[in-house]
Amino acid sequence: MGIIIQKDLCTGCGACTSQCPIGAIKVVNNQALIDETCILCQACLSVCPTEAILLQEEKKLRPATEGVTESIYEGVWIFGEQRHGVISDVVYELLGEGRKLADKLGTHLWVIVLGSEMRSEAEKLLHYGADLVCLVDHPDLSHFHDDSYTGVLSYLIEKYKPEIVLSGATAIGRSFIPRVAVRVKTGLTADCTALDIDPDQRLLLQTRPAFGGNVMATITSPFHRPQMATVRHKVMKKAVYSDAPKGTIRLETVPENLLSSRTDVISLVKDLIEQVNLADADIIIAGGRGLGGPQNFQLLQDLAHTLGAAVAASRAAVDAGWIPYSHQVGQTGKTVCPKLYIACGISGAIQHLVGMQSSNTIVAINKDPEAPIFSVADYGLVGNLFEILPSLTKKFKEAL
Amino acid sequence: MNIIVCIKQVPETGNVKIDPETHTLIRSGVPSIINPMDTYAIEEALRWKEKLGASTTVLTMGPPQAHDALREAISMGIDQAIVLSDQKFAGSDTYVTAYTLALAVRKLAPYDLIFCGKQAIDGDTAQVGPGLAEHLGIAHIAYVKKIEEIDQERAVLRAQRLMEDGYEVVDIRLPALLTVVKEINEPRFPSLKGKMRARKCEIPVWRAEDLGGEEMMGFGLSASPTRVKAIFAPPGRGKGEIFNGEASVMAQELVERLRAQKVI
Amino acid sequence: MYYFLTEEQTEIQSLARRIAKEKVLPIRAELDEKEEFPWQIMKSLAEADLFSIYLPEEYGGMDGGCFELCLAIEELSRICGGVAVCYAASALGSFPILLFGNGQQKQKYLPEIAQGKKLSAFALTEANAGSDAGGILTTARVVGNEYVLNGTKQWITNGGEAEIYTVIAMTDKAKGSRGASAFIVEKGTPGFEFGKKEKKMGIRSSATRELVFTDCRIPKENLLGREGTGFMIAMRTLDTSRPGIGAQAIGIAQGALDEALDYARERVQFERPISSFQVIQHMLADMATQVEAARALTYTAARFIDSGAKDVSKISAMAKVFASDVAMHVTTQAVQILGGYGYMRDYPVEKMMRDAKITQIYEGTNQIQRNVIALQLIKEKARGK
Repeated sequence: MGIIIQKDLCTGCGACTSQCPIGAIKVVNNQALIDETCILCQACLSVCPTEAILLQEEKKLRPATEGVTESIYEGVWIFGEQRHGVISDVVYELLGEGRKLADKLGTHLWVIVLGSEMRSEAEKLLHYGADLVCLVDHPDLSHFHDDSYTGVLSYLIEKYKPEIVLSGATAIGRSFIPRVAVRVKTGLTADCTALDIDPDQRLLLQTRPAFGGNVMATITSPFHRPQMATVRHKVMKKAVYSDAPKGTIRLETVPENLLSSRTDVISLVKDLIEQVNLADADIIIAGGRGLGGPQNFQLLQDLAHTLGAAVAASRAAVDAGWIPYSHQVGQTGKTVCPKLYIACGISGAIQHLVGMQSSNTIVAINKDPEAPIFSVADYGLVGNLFEILPSLTKKFKEAL
Repeated sequence: MNIIVCIKQVPETGNVKIDPETHTLIRSGVPSIINPMDTYAIEEALRWKEKLGASTTVLTMGPPQAHDALREAISMGIDQAIVLSDQKFAGSDTYVTAYTLALAVRKLAPYDLIFCGKQAIDGDTAQVGPGLAEHLGIAHIAYVKKIEEIDQERAVLRAQRLMEDGYEVVDIRLPALLTVVKEINEPRFPSLKGKMRARKCEIPVWRAEDLGGEEMMGFGLSASPTRVKAIFAPPGRGKGEIFNGEASVMAQELVERLRAQKVI
Repeated sequence: MYYFLTEEQTEIQSLARRIAKEKVLPIRAELDEKEEFPWQIMKSLAEADLFSIYLPEEYGGMDGGCFELCLAIEELSRICGGVAVCYAASALGSFPILLFGNGQQKQKYLPEIAQGKKLSAFALTEANAGSDAGGILTTARVVGNEYVLNGTKQWITNGGEAEIYTVIAMTDKAKGSRGASAFIVEKGTPGFEFGKKEKKMGIRSSATRELVFTDCRIPKENLLGREGTGFMIAMRTLDTSRPGIGAQAIGIAQGALDEALDYARERVQFERPISSFQVIQHMLADMATQVEAARALTYTAARFIDSGAKDVSKISAMAKVFASDVAMHVTTQAVQILGGYGYMRDYPVEKMMRDAKITQIYEGTNQIQRNVIALQLIKEKARGK
């Protein structure tokens, strides 16, 4: 198994050498050569203008499990995460997406809920397009534990054999879903930004950013079921409410031993520092190095107050100590996807863009017309932000 | 007490830029570094080594250059390092990576604690940590922002797990795996004496056959459940509208545009 | 320019550079503004083993010498001359013990200095005795098993922050230049207090204080060497530390040159970057040449000292006087190149200019250095060299 370059098609143009993230390709005598450090990431394949680069697979491919073929797996599942007895917002977004996938496959859409006294929340889910809510209701499941949730979800997967399982990429999802994938011996793709179906092979096409968002990759699990994927909050659109739900609720019981865990939750401490709810904000105003100092965040606060927006920052501002880390947006901070993102005095380094480039509308304010932020901005204001921000605040106040 | 830290050597994606014309990567000699989140894992292991007198091992799966990352870890104070390197491992997805690491960890048994960074900056899936715990059959806590205490006698560890709305205090039975976040500590610089030791240190290379195992799951791309179907440039957002000139005029125009688009 | 560093020397240089860039750079303006002692950075340097590089292995050191110390000082100075001097002055304070201490004294004090657990400081200068060091008035009388110190030292770097002080005091006024002795005094000894922290033009994160001795009793064992060798110890100490000041000056100059070069390439006037104007090019060329010459001279002096040579005063003085004059000139030129921006506290070069000035003054003013060089030249000629 490896990546080969067909000599007769290779023109030695070198497009692949710059694409390779680890520098494994060199052009020698007008031919590109891949050395043994190749990590098979396949980034070079798509960039070759003559399609000279191929992934050579071994003919023998392993099936999922002995004697089991993919065709007996059916159904799209969504893990119905709950916190403190309330279904998380991301589940409603997954329902929206899950409905599309289930329809394309001509199959059912289930939500799996683990918790205690979750009946009324389960009924709510029926209004958002679920065909069935599989509810495991037990006091031991009211609080999240990796062991019990992994055990119960894996048990249900083995029992019902869904072909697709989706979950929110939340603190809970990112913790236990990878365990589930290993336990049921299947593939998992994290933080998908797009999902689609290839109907011929009933394949889930899972698209996500890679290399810090510099490229997009579409991933599949061709031979393993279920196909599992996690999706971040606010990436997909919420499902539509229906007055006439058609689904049902099924109460499941599971073996007692699955309900115990090797962990104990002693206490929960809510965020005592100012709740920075960037994830839910519809409008975010972010400040960067161009602000020049902590006192200038006041200008952002004024604008944010007028718009009912949250205040965020680039890493430069956080590292300089102008604003706490909880406000940081970017590769090492939070990823956000608001309706409107206004970047002030932020140059737009790739590490920042990765955290906000999927915002619906991006406005950039910077005195440097060459700043990279303008390449992703829908509206760019070139000028002095110390004049522009107060102006904007004033104009918004008048307009609203 | 025996502590293992799993780290990854990654390309420094910060230096990777996109050519705005062709939407392809411009890689200007991207250096390899220890995945930044893993330095917090290394530091945490060192702190508990100092507090409890533990012995520490750092483990990585990667190409031969991965030695550099391991030597950096040793120069910070880690006792020994092992690299898992074999052409057969190439193309491993997170499932197989976790499996391969698990085989290596089992060879290092007995162990009490495994530290991993929250996620790697190149793949950033955050899946290997929990997956590794599952392969090993041990419990884990993800996103640990602080370890409150370790009770060696009762083999219990108490940690703070970061959640969206705050944090939970969780007790976990050892042996266990923890993935750690930035908030947990401030990694130290390597010391000169550490660097000297790192230079002289022997780092064994374990190949596929060294990991053995009756489990014939296999390694690398051919054993990975997930496959890359396509790689493409992220869709451009299209050219935006640029305004110049007087601040109040620009502000007015922007507000009007946003209103027209129903953004506000 | 490649100076043929060994692998270990390169490690020292790159580690110091890294700490300077990651830890010092973000806070240097604040340290200067608030005149705060950089304890956090001293801690990072200690953990990285940088305090041990010039000390012998038997005391926890790495068997390096003056040259290794210069490499580290230069890297720190490039980012902040103030932080660098806290580090360099601690080495200075330890030299009397290193060069003239007996086995017990070295064993007692050097390990903790190597680990960076305690800082040290050197105390010679007094209100009436700067260049004229012979005019010191601090006395040390023998009383039973102790020495009793009385007097005031002025402008002592690391004063109040260091734990270990090497102090020069008069034991026998009648013997003139043979009448002083060197002592080790620990912070917290009764009768040893500190004056207020001085407000300085530059190196403001460094702590400069008076040391006040009022019937301060120290054990007899704290005498370094023999009575009467105080000035000789002081001179040898300063000879050894002078290349370090040269390194500090070069570092500051290099930092200023780097800033000026970056600025000249970005600043556009008359539709061109100012780096395209010949006048700026010549300024930069001269600055760079001077820094390189100062570096080569300082490294030579340091290596010469490390080779165990005896007659180091002349080359050591040359390195200090040349490098410090270069630093003053280069930093002033850097401010000039940055123009109005160079004068603003928001930009780092005005601080570099303020920091550079002291290198022409302390550890022997440049005028005294010239005296030393000239006298040495004449002596050598007289001997028929």
